[in-house]
Amino acid sequence: MEKVIFGDNQFFAVNHLSDEKSRAQSIRFKDDEAIIRVLDQSIETGINTFMCTTHDRIANICKHILANPESYKNYKIYPCMPYAHKYANAVTELGILGTIKQYVPGNIFGTFAKGGMAYLSKDFLKLMQILIDAEMKMFKGIDTPVIFIQNVITDMVLGLKMYEVFAEYDAYIRKKYNAEPGYITMNMPALLDALESVGVKNPVICSSINKIGFRMSGGKEIYEKYLREKQFRPIAMQVLAAGALRPKEAVEYLGQFPKIESVLFGASSKPHIQETKELIEKYLK
Amino acid sequence: MIKGSVIGLGKMGLSHAAIVGAHPKVDMVSVCDTSSMVLDVFNKFTKVKTYSDYVQMIDNENLDFVVVATPTKFHYPIVKYALEKGLHVFCEKPFMLNSQQGNEIVGLAAKKGVVNQVGYHNHFIGTFRELKRLLGENVLGELSHFSGEAYGPVVTKEKGGTWRSNSAEGGGCLYDYASHVINLLQEVVGRPSKVHGTLLKSIYSKGVEDAVYSLLELDSGLTGTLLVNWSDETYRKMSTSITVQGKKGKIICDATEIKIYLKEAAPAQKLDKGWTIKYITDFAIPVDFYLRGEEYSAQIDYFVDCIGENKNARYNTFEQACYTDSVIEMIVNNNKI
Repeated sequence: MEKVIFGDNQFFAVNHLSDEKSRAQSIRFKDDEAIIRVLDQSIETGINTFMCTTHDRIANICKHILANPESYKNYKIYPCMPYAHKYANAVTELGILGTIKQYVPGNIFGTFAKGGMAYLSKDFLKLMQILIDAEMKMFKGIDTPVIFIQNVITDMVLGLKMYEVFAEYDAYIRKKYNAEPGYITMNMPALLDALESVGVKNPVICSSINKIGFRMSGGKEIYEKYLREKQFRPIAMQVLAAGALRPKEAVEYLGQFPKIESVLFGASSKPHIQETKELIEKYLK
Repeated sequence: MIKGSVIGLGKMGLSHAAIVGAHPKVDMVSVCDTSSMVLDVFNKFTKVKTYSDYVQMIDNENLDFVVVATPTKFHYPIVKYALEKGLHVFCEKPFMLNSQQGNEIVGLAAKKGVVNQVGYHNHFIGTFRELKRLLGENVLGELSHFSGEAYGPVVTKEKGGTWRSNSAEGGGCLYDYASHVINLLQEVVGRPSKVHGTLLKSIYSKGVEDAVYSLLELDSGLTGTLLVNWSDETYRKMSTSITVQGKKGKIICDATEIKIYLKEAAPAQKLDKGWTIKYITDFAIPVDFYLRGEEYSAQIDYFVDCIGENKNARYNTFEQACYTDSVIEMIVNNNKI
């Protein structure tokens, strides 16, 4: 993995500090061209990995990348699935079964016509695979060396102690996509313990890592202990603690943990992208 | 270990089950739902016992508490049964379908002396707590107006079909989104005792309202607006805010930031003249397990601590949630005028 990974929160009005700022972002990135322009700027600064949710609009970005192979040579996308709010809003309105019906590709009830939902319920893992394939469709033809599950799902499975699901996910991503499975979480130490318990070794884990302990569940101390002592491939996110920290002190803090392989960040202007990238390259060993 | 169970495994139920399951002081011994598909998943991947009948589960298992996260119409019988068996109960919002049922349940919980809490999670968001504290310190002086608002993209197309599209079963924006705001206003500003000028509007839904606009009057005489719309796709997810205006200034508060405008500085609160903006990073309640927001874990932590320390819950009691139900009734009645 590259040291610097470009994120997509800024494109989809995700701002953990201000609803007002998130609205401003959604106005600024109304058109796909605006997203592509910033992505191209990140590439100009030398960032070649884009980590993004499986938001509907990412499909358009993927089409653009596929249509312009020369401009995106060696470009990598790390998909993160699913785009949780899409499902969460649907579950509120339609219930769990209704949501599955809405988002599982059209022919699923044909595929499972024999036993219908009864069959499906007996084959939960098959359902998981179908949903993964549906989310991955937009990336066909693009290099996706690491594929992540979003934190809402990771942490739900973690809390429910359904650890075997992680092992199944892990195996499927390796086999079907020849990619490294990754996990986004707000509970890094607990997740690492859970993954180890089902034999998932040296996993790629993307979690909040910042100087003030923001969104580091269980506290900063245990995170730091795991970053020093455990075997895994950490990606640091929310390093600026949603804007509470200045970039220099934020990145400097990460420098004391040589295990951190990459830093995920998003920004909307080229100078800001450039500055953050240089800081990461300077301080991350 | 405190033994608990979750009844109803929809979106909130699964979320609660994950939080309860991860809680270091709790042993989640069982779950209950009518969907065999959901129970199959638990049977396949966990050691938790599964039930499709809550009576059987409560009778068979030696539980300390239940979390009730079923559709609203089942809250009354399930909560009642659990209370009769002496269990502590955490119930999802909205509380009951009417305040008559609610009052009975409030009385029963008091008689049994058990911990009782309702899932109005905004009370566990640090910014709203800070707003309440600042109002308590009288930084705004005499209050002149408040506005409680919530917007989000739940129903953005014309369709329907679940219990959420039936107002008699607790569906609709009033019971779902607006109840959060009403409960939060109660906690932070005060209890509405009169309702005026209500507009319940269907935008995409048939049979239920997608927007609630109403004027609320508190016991103190203070008035304000309730503005709620769950068919607004300019919001990525539910966004709740409270604005309070007083003679000395104004505060706008949501889950991520609190913006304070003062006509004169308030040195005791370290607040300048003009705008001061503070962020959730200063106020978030630390949790050991995070899922979808600190507040969801913090409310369960609080519930479990109240059980463990044998103390009465102060936040989100049945009594407060029941009062929210009565305000909902006032709004419905006002709309008929």
